[in-house]
Amino acid sequence: MGNTPAVEMINVTKRFGKVTANDHVNLEIRKGEILSLLGENGSGKTTLMNMLSGLYFPDEGEIRINGEPVTITSPKDAFDCGIGMIHQHFKLVDVFTAAENVTLGAENSKLDIKAVTAHIKEICDKYGFIIDPGKKVYDMSVSEKQTVEIIKVLYRGADILILDEPTAVLTPQETDRLFNVMRNMKADGKAMIIITHKLHEVMDVSDRVAVLRKGQYIGDVATKDTNPDKLTEMMVGKKVTLNIAHPKYPNPTPRLTVKNLTVVDAIGVKRLDNVSFTAYGGEILGIAGIAGSGQKELLESIAGLQITQPGSSILYYPKEADSKGVELIGKSPKEIRNLGVGLSFVPEDRLGMGLVGPMGMTDNMLLRSFRKGKGIFADRKSPKELADKVMNDLGVVTPSTEFPVRRLSGGNVQKVLVGREIAQEPSVLMTAYAVRGLDINTSYIIYDLLTEQKMKGVAVVYVGEDLDVLLELADRIMVICGGQVSGIVDTAKTTKEEVGLLMTKFRKGGNS
Amino acid sequence: MITAVQFSQLLQSAIVFGTVIMFGALGEILTQKSGNLNLGVPGIMYLGGIAGLAMSYFYELNVEHPNGFVSLILSFIAAFAAAALGGLIYSFLTITLRANQNVTGLTLTIFGNGLANFFGGILNSMAGGVGQISVRTTSNAYRMSLAHFFKIGNIGKIFFSYGFMAYLAIIIAVVMYYFLNRTRTGLNLRSVGESPATADAAGINVIRYKYLATCIGAGISGLGGLYYTMDYIKGTWTTDSTIEALGWLAVALVIFATWRPLNAIWGSYLFGVLYWMYLYIPGLTRSSQEIFKMLPYVVTILVLLRVSMRKKREDQPPASLGLSYFREER
Repeated sequence: MGNTPAVEMINVTKRFGKVTANDHVNLEIRKGEILSLLGENGSGKTTLMNMLSGLYFPDEGEIRINGEPVTITSPKDAFDCGIGMIHQHFKLVDVFTAAENVTLGAENSKLDIKAVTAHIKEICDKYGFIIDPGKKVYDMSVSEKQTVEIIKVLYRGADILILDEPTAVLTPQETDRLFNVMRNMKADGKAMIIITHKLHEVMDVSDRVAVLRKGQYIGDVATKDTNPDKLTEMMVGKKVTLNIAHPKYPNPTPRLTVKNLTVVDAIGVKRLDNVSFTAYGGEILGIAGIAGSGQKELLESIAGLQITQPGSSILYYPKEADSKGVELIGKSPKEIRNLGVGLSFVPEDRLGMGLVGPMGMTDNMLLRSFRKGKGIFADRKSPKELADKVMNDLGVVTPSTEFPVRRLSGGNVQKVLVGREIAQEPSVLMTAYAVRGLDINTSYIIYDLLTEQKMKGVAVVYVGEDLDVLLELADRIMVICGGQVSGIVDTAKTTKEEVGLLMTKFRKGGNS
Repeated sequence: MITAVQFSQLLQSAIVFGTVIMFGALGEILTQKSGNLNLGVPGIMYLGGIAGLAMSYFYELNVEHPNGFVSLILSFIAAFAAAALGGLIYSFLTITLRANQNVTGLTLTIFGNGLANFFGGILNSMAGGVGQISVRTTSNAYRMSLAHFFKIGNIGKIFFSYGFMAYLAIIIAVVMYYFLNRTRTGLNLRSVGESPATADAAGINVIRYKYLATCIGAGISGLGGLYYTMDYIKGTWTTDSTIEALGWLAVALVIFATWRPLNAIWGSYLFGVLYWMYLYIPGLTRSSQEIFKMLPYVVTILVLLRVSMRKKREDQPPASLGLSYFREER
């Protein structure tokens, strides 16, 4: 292997109007190396990578590939330079098969699906992928789609790969498989850049770490010479303690009792099967499980968005009264919300649920409170105050509260979404994947906010992916597996291994 | 009961009728595959019709011994070019300036209708008054069929009694099927209509594909207007709104055919049968005839209902149909 770096970016600057996304950034990637690009949300990582993949064109600076200066003005130029990017939001055509997607835009003139299939098999064998080339993308799981994305760039002969948050949507097992493939590619001499917020993954897979902060290049460090605390300090610019405070609420009281909850989806598959549990005020109930085990259906049932089967019961005990409880099934989502049950759901597509893209923060806050105004006019003053408060508390990076949320970076959009739900002061707060795609600093701000809610006596239901975080943050963890409760465990008395086992292997009971 | 002769007549008039809307629909299928919803089909068919007619009229007027074949070529090119120009206007507004596709398309329909009837009126008055224009030589060339050379029976008439454009429509449909499903360019075009961001990231020139598909598609749609003036009404011009009505049927046919060119072949003939059936059903009054003329639209609604309920992904319109694309937009 030569000493010439695969990619050099020299003094690269990119501005969007008044915002400088990248300010004279210098970056170098070597062959046979995995580089982690770290930075908080909105620090300009994706923008920097998009300039390599030809989606953006730099305002200043130079890019060199294998020592040669190049001009990349389009994705096609990037392909010609051997650069392939696996985007955070997959760029695949749903109604095409894997093979059709892989060959899309390739140069050779004849369309020979058989030859493409053979080539895909070859790539799969070489690096250890598993995929059916004839499968339609709309039938695929997230992990399969990602595999198609990676095969696509390899098929086109890329030897510089950029992976933008590839693990955000994967299960731990799928992540391991991806990392193995990445190590195989590294051994083959390919240069790789991975953007991720999960520091243990950075430590696990990368050789070198480069850090961006607010669009500026902070520096790089060999992975073996560093640790998560040092990296966080580089990223944030000050020392941050990576501990989640875990105070105990004096006397938790039942707030929500779910009994025999069963949900059947449109094609007759049981999504939830006889789920029973109690959520206490002053407690964080973590919900763990492999993606798609019924987490979404559970939260939506409580929020009144799902049709439940006869025999299901969800009793809600209001904060003050010591009444017998209110049955939530049969109530409209609006009535349930008015009772103080809040749902903040962060789906894969952050704009898909809960926020209106072209509107600013203020107007999105208004969406929750527009019924409160007197008369026919909406009250815009308090939503504006709320928007300012969320912006300051969570550090949302935006030119103003009137700036369209669609044009904020992914993590910032999420802060708006979570901040708005917490600000409603609910007595039951449900969140799903609240920190997905968020950087470490913001994640900890959100954990603190949730704990703060708990100490106010709120029952917090937290659906999460990261088991380490769940164990630290939650008081109890309910594990669901294939729509059934496979166990409810006390975080003080359990281990990561036990929870992991419950996630995959169905087991009756638990020590609730 | 319908006799065999009546049945043959019904099929023949259905195929002539169907050919007009098949051209319109095939052009629109190509356009929509690029993600452009061009509701200007009726206007574009008007443009094709009037351009072809005007070209052959001036040719026949200025040449001493007009040759039907030469006039046919000239008017064919004029019709295709005028219609493609309509597509270019639409493309510039919706692709480059990113104007709303529905509004632009509807405007194009009104524009084409007005422009064509304006010039149609002028041609008529030049020829001596309302309904006086006639390009017989050219029209005869368009309507030349095998029936002129051979004696063919009722069955033969169903297959061989049409001008060349009826067969051209079928050929275009088959070629388009092959193009969309078996060639790389076709795959690229479909990806542009499904997900322009994906196509762009794969190095496909989205803008160029959209422009070309829309302009060529408009040209093909315009041939429907040409076939209408030259064959259907035999080289004349009437300032009624028949072309517009047929244009909307063509748009309906695109949905009916679930964006598949081969379905457009039998679909257009079926629409033709449904449209002309009232002539063969005894005891209809003038008003109850109109109910029968409504049938193609009713069928389209039923197909839409079925397609939506089955939720089969392959039957859905291109995913980014009606949306404009801008690379740096998030």
